[in-house]
Amino acid sequence: MIDNFKNWFKSGTPWIWLNAGAVSISLLLVIGILGMIMVRGMGHFWIADVYNMQYDEGDGNPRVVIGEFVESAEVPDELYKEVEGKNKPAGLEKVERWLIKSGNRDQASADFQWIYAHNIQKQTAPDNLIKLERLEWGNFYGYLNDVQENEKVVASSEHAWDELNTRFHRVLEIREKLEVLEKNKIGSINYGLERLRLQKRKLELEKEDTPDNLNKIKAEAQAFNNEYDILIKELTILRNEISRDSANFTISSGKVVNIPLKLMVSIIKPNELSTLSKLGHYILNFYNFIFDDPREANTEGGVFPAIFGTVMMVILMSILVTPFGVIAALYLREYAKQGAVIRIIRIAVNNLAGVPSIVYGVFGLGFFVYFLGGNIDQLFYPEALPAPTFGTPGLIWASLTLALLTVPVVIVSTEEGLARIPRNLREGSLALGATKIETLWYVVLPMTSPAIMTGLILAVARAAGEVAPLMLVGVVKLAPQLPLDDNFPFLHMDRKFMHLGFHIFDVGFQSPNVEAARPLVYATAFLLVLVIVLLNLSAIMLRNRLREKYKALDA
Amino acid sequence: MSEAVLTHGIDKSILSSSGQSLSLESEDICINVNDLKLSYGEKSALHGITMPIPRKRVTAFIGPSGCGKSTLLRCFNRMNDLIDNVNTEGQINIDGDDIYHPDIDVSALRRRVGMVFQRPNPFPKSIYENVAYGLRLQGIKQRHVLDEAVEQSLKGAALWNEVKDRLHESALGLSGGQQQRLVIARAIAIKPEVLLLDEPASALDPISTLKIEELIYELKSEYTIVIVTHNMQQAARVSDYTAFMYMGDLIEFGATDTLFTNPKEKQTEDYITGRYG
Repeated sequence: MIDNFKNWFKSGTPWIWLNAGAVSISLLLVIGILGMIMVRGMGHFWIADVYNMQYDEGDGNPRVVIGEFVESAEVPDELYKEVEGKNKPAGLEKVERWLIKSGNRDQASADFQWIYAHNIQKQTAPDNLIKLERLEWGNFYGYLNDVQENEKVVASSEHAWDELNTRFHRVLEIREKLEVLEKNKIGSINYGLERLRLQKRKLELEKEDTPDNLNKIKAEAQAFNNEYDILIKELTILRNEISRDSANFTISSGKVVNIPLKLMVSIIKPNELSTLSKLGHYILNFYNFIFDDPREANTEGGVFPAIFGTVMMVILMSILVTPFGVIAALYLREYAKQGAVIRIIRIAVNNLAGVPSIVYGVFGLGFFVYFLGGNIDQLFYPEALPAPTFGTPGLIWASLTLALLTVPVVIVSTEEGLARIPRNLREGSLALGATKIETLWYVVLPMTSPAIMTGLILAVARAAGEVAPLMLVGVVKLAPQLPLDDNFPFLHMDRKFMHLGFHIFDVGFQSPNVEAARPLVYATAFLLVLVIVLLNLSAIMLRNRLREKYKALDA
Repeated sequence: MSEAVLTHGIDKSILSSSGQSLSLESEDICINVNDLKLSYGEKSALHGITMPIPRKRVTAFIGPSGCGKSTLLRCFNRMNDLIDNVNTEGQINIDGDDIYHPDIDVSALRRRVGMVFQRPNPFPKSIYENVAYGLRLQGIKQRHVLDEAVEQSLKGAALWNEVKDRLHESALGLSGGQQQRLVIARAIAIKPEVLLLDEPASALDPISTLKIEELIYELKSEYTIVIVTHNMQQAARVSDYTAFMYMGDLIEFGATDTLFTNPKEKQTEDYITGRYG
């Protein structure tokens, strides 16, 4: 028996089991994390049924609760007694309470409420219950009474729903026009006026504010102002147009509420929808989540600026870190005399990778933002002072800070790649009369490119998930403009930007509406993982193509 | 095979039978090595080599491993410069230019003295780009000049017929022997005077080896060829002159027929009869 056990031990079988076990546990953890994030986050976009519940707490004050079921929880008997001041109802095994999303934050104080399941007397899901998504105050649930144009009823009862839909589409069209007008056109004019103001200030500083020059600027400004006046007129007309219609709804308390159509984002009758059309709405909701701007302190709407900012910053970081790391590695491996100094530098570079990221953030703020940015402002943007241009956290500084954070991995993997290039290939090039730099450029570097890409992949993986240093050097809760737009010079590296990682933190922990924000935290986390995976995949695909191309000889 | 044609284990009939007997005195000398000493740090690898290398002839260096024959070869295009701690004394003159003179342009020297290595080392580029590499380095960009040179070089290396339809495919798809001929084409594309071959066939199969040897025979009408080889049969087959080296010294140097049939030195005789090495 003992011999058998010994033999079994010697055979290495337990060792294999141990290894396999460790791998399985790791795999389960990864799948578990991804699964949880996905289920919780993606569930948010499903159109849940809306219930109409008759609720009586036995205090002679029966009421109606309308809303979506979110979750249920068991209430311990003692707690029930303590809170309610009475024993749990007889015949009930355990007290259950439900979290209901009842919306209507403008009417009631909160849009979520807990109710006791045993107090619900009747629960229905009527087809004519309407769910509105609004620009303000969150969701709205109620029954449609009539549709009004300039406060005159144009449709009521069974015709009201169709009328509401037609008029809502008109509102959507106007809203699109308004957005183009407000964001693009008027935004461009404001940008142009600001530029002119700075030009004027610059002329003043340089003592070249001759009447000639000033008049030129004045004329340009006048042109902008004229254009602005026209746009403002258009804007006023459209704003009046969009405010024309409104609709009356009856809410759970029986009160009639008038809601202007211009506040509505979507209108649906959730209980009426078939599974298929729910699926359609689900995809649409997810699409909107990705491509819309956030609303209401980030707890509603989409996360597009955050996705854009994350990708933009990672790309900019890659562009900065690659040449920097490759040149450093080339020097260390090819030119520097190998010795104690180089060994110390190598150790220092490796240790740099272990410095906590927040330290880089502090360094970035102190050196890049205040010192470099401040000096750039003094030298090149004196007209804007005291308002800083580059002397304030922004995209370029965040990218630079992360480039600094990730440069060690690029250096290390490039150096390893350089070391792997067969010596006889270098000699082959040198023997043809190539100089060292020509050999490096035409033969060695192309062959090292897969290793450089490996370094870049590691750098991207690290940089895309980093949040702490970014909070110091450029990420904000809400950026009014994207860092890339149609105003010259198109890429505005001095602008602050939004980031998915910070968005998660902000929505999850800085939000005034915790219940509404929670699913968004998961959905955003899922998106962040997705973005990183996509960025990595594209880098890996590029690397594999390079590998195929420069398949090293069997040295 | 009768006893008469075998001398010291070498089949005499394979010795290059150019008809007239060769003698160094009557040759035009291309490379002159004068008391060349070389050491890696403290370790001396060549102790005073003096020899002439005749123009448009094949000169073979033979000798046991570590005797310094590759080191000597790599002195001719200053490939040893790449190794740290190498000290060279003495002179090598190629057409009267002292190649170790401080003013010499090493890149220009290497364009004059081409080299082919033991293992085929084509670049991971297309066949065409491999051959054009040296020309592109010289700044030649005109398409027709490159096309012409690539074709001539590949023909010169007896590879044209095998690759003319796939010039733009990767050179790494060629067989070892083809790769080695490609490397020779690459070397002759920049029209060197001297071609150094460092055991060019040691990593190849017998048929590829034969092709390389035939090629060497073809090339000697245009280039001064110096070849290092482990294989004495090969030295006997392809070379006009042979130098036997041992432990960093040049033991014997002379016409190949003479050296193999009638060596002057005992060490040479011992080596070519396989008594050590």
